Amino acid sequence: MPPVIQGIITIIIGVGGCVGYFFASNWILDNVIYPAKGPKAGHNINRANQVRPWLFLFPAMFALGLYLAYPVVGSFIRSLFDRSGANFIGLGNYIDLFSESTFRTAVRNNLLWVLVVPAMSTFIGLVVAQLSDRLSWGNIAKSLIFMPMAISFVGASLIWRFVYAPDADLGIINSIRDSLGMSVLDPLQVRFWNNFFLMFILVWIQTGFAMVILSAALRGIPEETIEAAIIDGANPFQVFFKIKVPQIMGTIVVVWTTITILVLKVFDIVYTMTGGNFGTHILPSYMMTYMFRDDGRATAVAFVIMILVLPVMIWNIRQARKEMR
Amino acid sequence: MDNIAGQNQGNRVLVNITMLILVLLWLLPSVGLLVSSFRDRDQIANSGWWMSPFTVDLNFRARSNSDDVVEQNGIFVIEGNVFTDPSVASRFPDGEGAIGAFGPTARDLDAFAPGTTAEMPRGGTLTVEADGSYRIESDEPIDRGPAIFFQALTPPSFTLDNYRTVLFADGMDRAFINTLTVAIPATIIPILIAAFAAYALAWMDFPGRGLLIAAVVGLLVVPLQLALVPLLNLHTSIGIGQSFLGIWLAHTGFGLPLAVYLLRNYMVGLPRDIIESAKVDGATDFQVFVRIILPLSFPALASFAIFQFLWTWNDLLVAKVFLPSGAASQVMTVKIADDLLGSRGGDWGILATAAFVSIAVPLAVFFTMQRYLVRGLLAGSVK
Repeated sequence: MPPVIQGIITIIIGVGGCVGYFFASNWILDNVIYPAKGPKAGHNINRANQVRPWLFLFPAMFALGLYLAYPVVGSFIRSLFDRSGANFIGLGNYIDLFSESTFRTAVRNNLLWVLVVPAMSTFIGLVVAQLSDRLSWGNIAKSLIFMPMAISFVGASLIWRFVYAPDADLGIINSIRDSLGMSVLDPLQVRFWNNFFLMFILVWIQTGFAMVILSAALRGIPEETIEAAIIDGANPFQVFFKIKVPQIMGTIVVVWTTITILVLKVFDIVYTMTGGNFGTHILPSYMMTYMFRDDGRATAVAFVIMILVLPVMIWNIRQARKEMR
Repeated sequence: MDNIAGQNQGNRVLVNITMLILVLLWLLPSVGLLVSSFRDRDQIANSGWWMSPFTVDLNFRARSNSDDVVEQNGIFVIEGNVFTDPSVASRFPDGEGAIGAFGPTARDLDAFAPGTTAEMPRGGTLTVEADGSYRIESDEPIDRGPAIFFQALTPPSFTLDNYRTVLFADGMDRAFINTLTVAIPATIIPILIAAFAAYALAWMDFPGRGLLIAAVVGLLVVPLQLALVPLLNLHTSIGIGQSFLGIWLAHTGFGLPLAVYLLRNYMVGLPRDIIESAKVDGATDFQVFVRIILPLSFPALASFAIFQFLWTWNDLLVAKVFLPSGAASQVMTVKIADDLLGSRGGDWGILATAAFVSIAVPLAVFFTMQRYLVRGLLAGSVK
């Protein structure tokens, strides 16, 4: 059966199944289990309304539990076993990992990514959001800077392979170097700094996201505060850094953490650009070198990523609970 | 709002220039890719894409034919025109051109002006006129026609050959359909499941609701990497294995936290009066949801759909793990990253075209539905 037809059938079964499930389960609840008639009608309606939320929630909870909650536990357990999965080796995989220099490089690079990418994206996004508000062509500018959001990491990597190409007739960087009389070099093979060239690709993609959200936040600032500052003689820089930025600090933090989480997931850029060579591995790409070869090691790397994400996760949950109160 | 106090003119210019530089930096790499996809291999190797709208000197190589040798007064002569050489015919279709410089070897290809005579490394002389006609003279018999290297002014030209190769010969058409096959069900299915759950979390009262919302927020950031090994093993043990069904289920699971979170945030903001008056009129929760909430939530549903579509279309990781690796089920990202970069790593035109084919659909979605995308981003992050 060709995948396209399979896909159409899946859509029909999936959508039909969902609608059918919700409709049928509600009907059964209201008419069979707790019918809203007879001597206990009132009691039955109350009981039915207590059960109903769980009918609504069940499919989502089941999928979330199976596809996201179970793997956290499942991965941790699997990481305590060796390659075959038969022998329990405790923290053996983790100890082996930390004795590998490539893994340590990957951890170091990942920390660099986590520091640099959110900082740069948020900063440039903030600058663009502020400046574009004052331009007649600000909306076009914003749209163009937002555009890379739609491009896949693989596509973006290819775009930047052209920019970084080690050939003066191909890559802009080397063409500029050439016209300045410098020799051709491959930016991706410059140890240590190549990490930053890769990071910039993600900054290029994520700045638009930061810009859109920060731009909305900037518009939400009450104008009186700005007017007051200007009347008191603040210059534009002071207005921006001392009046506007403090008022949108909450949004800046949200943007920052969202990008941080993303940085810890993205393996595509390193995989497509260097394959992890020249000292550019990060944890997600390093994990893929073990995927399909050694499940124990792969899950151990994944769990290290989870540990790095954990602080952000706790912070997010606390924020969400605070907002609900 | 900064205009209240008079901004000086210099400031405005500075702002304009800064933004222009940023926009160019953000736009130029993609333009380079797009332009390169319309250029053939020689053009890409010989001049940067930024030169493509101009008439430029490009380097060519023609070979004289030893069958044309004629003996004149004891010297051997080949005459002809470089522009009629079949190897350069594609760039000079009418057999005419203007020589900028020439040379007998690739290294000094720009050493001689048209009309002058060059010594050839293996003996004899070479003269090339500005119109491309050449004359090779030698005292010895010529058994192999020597190569002639020249620069010629070449008008800008663009070709669709790369697109033809990529779409019809390289299996990219298959990958395109596969990507579509992955993305559409993986976008539609989670929406419905999430909408019901979001309604329950927004408008129904039950014990443990706060805890569940917190759990969704927590799951929002669980790294995908954790899910790969356990779920692939699970899929294998229940007989799904690596297949389209597997990847639809995986994308559904991974997309749900964002879907539930976005939709709940939106639904919570709907006016309470409508829902309560409907309930007073005797509507059940199911009716309220289907008749009132779902239609009102259209903007949020649309933004999630766009997110999920972009994410599934652009995804490499999930496709690499949950789909079999053969060409029959490769999606475009996998095809580019694993296939084309390996086998055609040096063929920049093909790479650029493949990349552009893969980003064309997301870009179209992006530009037509930017409004919903922005709204979704804001609903997800700003309170």
